[in-house]
Amino acid sequence: MSILVDQNTRLIIQGLTGSAGKFHAEQCAKYGTNVVGGVTPGRGGETVELNGKKTPVFNTVAAAVRETAANVSCIFVPAAFAADAILEAADAGIELVIAITEGIPVLDMVKVKRALAGTTVKLIGPNCPGIITPGACKIGIMPGYIHKPGPIGIISRSGTLTYEAVWQLTSRGIGQSTCVGIGGDPVKGLDFIDLLELFETDPQTEGVIIIGEIGGNAEEQAAAWIKDNFTKPVAAFIGGATAPPGRRMGHAGAIISGGSGKASDKIAALEAAGIAVAKTPADIGETLINLIK
Amino acid sequence: MNIHEYQAKDILRRYGVPVPAGNVAFTPAEAEQVARDLKTDQLVVKAQIHAGGRGKAGGVKLCKTPEEAGKLAKEMLGKILVTHQTGPAGKEVKKVLVAAATGIKKELYLSILVDRAVGRPSFLASTEGGVDIETVAANTPEKIVREAIDPATGMLPYQARKIAFGLGLGGEYLQSTVTMLLNLYKAFVDTDASMIEINPLIISEDNKVIALDAKIGFDDNALFRHKDILAMRDLNEEDPREVEASKHNLNYIGLDGNIACMVNGAGLAMATMDIIKHYGGNPANFLDVGGGATQETVTEAFKILCSDKNVNGILVNIFGGIMKCDVIATGIIGAVKEVHLNVPLVVRLEGTNVELGKKLLKESGLPIITADGLADAAQKIVAAAKKAA
Repeated sequence: MSILVDQNTRLIIQGLTGSAGKFHAEQCAKYGTNVVGGVTPGRGGETVELNGKKTPVFNTVAAAVRETAANVSCIFVPAAFAADAILEAADAGIELVIAITEGIPVLDMVKVKRALAGTTVKLIGPNCPGIITPGACKIGIMPGYIHKPGPIGIISRSGTLTYEAVWQLTSRGIGQSTCVGIGGDPVKGLDFIDLLELFETDPQTEGVIIIGEIGGNAEEQAAAWIKDNFTKPVAAFIGGATAPPGRRMGHAGAIISGGSGKASDKIAALEAAGIAVAKTPADIGETLINLIK
Repeated sequence: MNIHEYQAKDILRRYGVPVPAGNVAFTPAEAEQVARDLKTDQLVVKAQIHAGGRGKAGGVKLCKTPEEAGKLAKEMLGKILVTHQTGPAGKEVKKVLVAAATGIKKELYLSILVDRAVGRPSFLASTEGGVDIETVAANTPEKIVREAIDPATGMLPYQARKIAFGLGLGGEYLQSTVTMLLNLYKAFVDTDASMIEINPLIISEDNKVIALDAKIGFDDNALFRHKDILAMRDLNEEDPREVEASKHNLNYIGLDGNIACMVNGAGLAMATMDIIKHYGGNPANFLDVGGGATQETVTEAFKILCSDKNVNGILVNIFGGIMKCDVIATGIIGAVKEVHLNVPLVVRLEGTNVELGKKLLKESGLPIITADGLADAAQKIVAAAKKAA
């Protein structure tokens, strides 16, 4: 078991014919992900060779779903067109959309979130590394080889910091069930709690690492939810404790979300909920291992 | 991206949000002329810099005649203004806003921004204006009115009425306030703003609701579809190191420590700063070289790091995923040779082709200190920078 993606996942890549889309689709296919097709408007009928296999390109997501029975889409479309691509996937019946694209306008994501509200479509990202179930399915830009199948779930707002945590586990012989990069944008798809719910019922997952950072109050909300609902051990790290305040977000930004956005407040909330918080980014793996041994 | 108060007011005026009459001036003569055109004996001259707290620093002054306005402009222009938001170095005043001054009956607070918790544009309003909204939130949170807007319907009149009544702007003020709020929402959406803050919004002596000050920030991700707004960017207001970095697609933020760092990925870059601090060091910057860094970007990044005179050491922390460590190592070697590095350099590489990368660094014969793991790297650079200081 795992969450969201596994060997049965049928993946299409929106933006397959672009350089980033093609490169990463190839990496995913080499890892063993079942990449069944791609979408680039105007390029329907072409094929792209991925890991020695001719992969069909379609003009629309609807056509790709009809022909390939795809159920997951990964988006490498440029930022200006990415919101449109996400909603096209949702409209075509894709169950899980993973948006890798960085730099999507916030008000575009506001519309996407509103359009997806009340539907069963799940969105991961944008501005994220993607999702991987080690040994079964890699969707996104993370390096596959640092992962190893095992019992730990990871949810992270950061990309490379996730690799750091994964590597700390793998190099100590501890594998991962599923690792999800939820992305660093202010308005996004699945958040900590949505994924914790899935990890709670996943029999393979025995413990979870959450990696947060300054800004917003998602970590505080997750801490409160974990305290009341989550039965497995959780370790956490919050990045940005030393970042100068107010560089990214005005004071009103922190106030409106009902949290300070500060690392110290997030760490306090997590610790109050009984979660072990790593003191430095070098101790993330160790902190989790201490909980499960 | 941020803009000046006078630019923000130009935008608000265009959207039918009442602001005091006024215009920008770059010289004392221009200031005098603007004042003359305003045809009033109640004038205000305001220094235009991208920072709050101007009033307390002497950057906002009242006067009665155009001649006095010219004199005040002469005093302000070229002066370094230090406020609690500029940092100790302050900012040079290069232009002033000359505007009609208004008697104030009541000061209110109004802003609109995206609330990430609900993923919608939301208004924040309070009867406590003219003070820091943080203070209001801490002391009298019940005086803050919040209203989130559904992007599918846009702002509805009942929501504007709720805010108006919450601000005590019923009765004779209601209709004009509702119109102003609906216009403000339109301005926010049309321009892809990240925040519009009006503090204070005032009731004037002649019973008008006016935006006395205005601050607008824009979503950098959306600037590609707003050439007119991009044209308002004032590079004088930005850290020259950050301007240089942005030319090379590097995400750089200057800080005041002495250990420079170069990292791939924003999260890891922040975490690297954290661990430097944990071991007693002080980061000189945040620098994310991104996932697609080439030898050229690595070289440019090094140039920027080395241009900071406070720097006593450099830490490179790369977790090569798609990016290969040998490519990074080659980039570092080339950069070190080109910029004539004279401070200690610690390099921590992990990920794809890491052994090859380490071998290249070793064989280069350059005085590069290699590290294994984050903690080792941080301890080594903190020790080396202390020695070099």
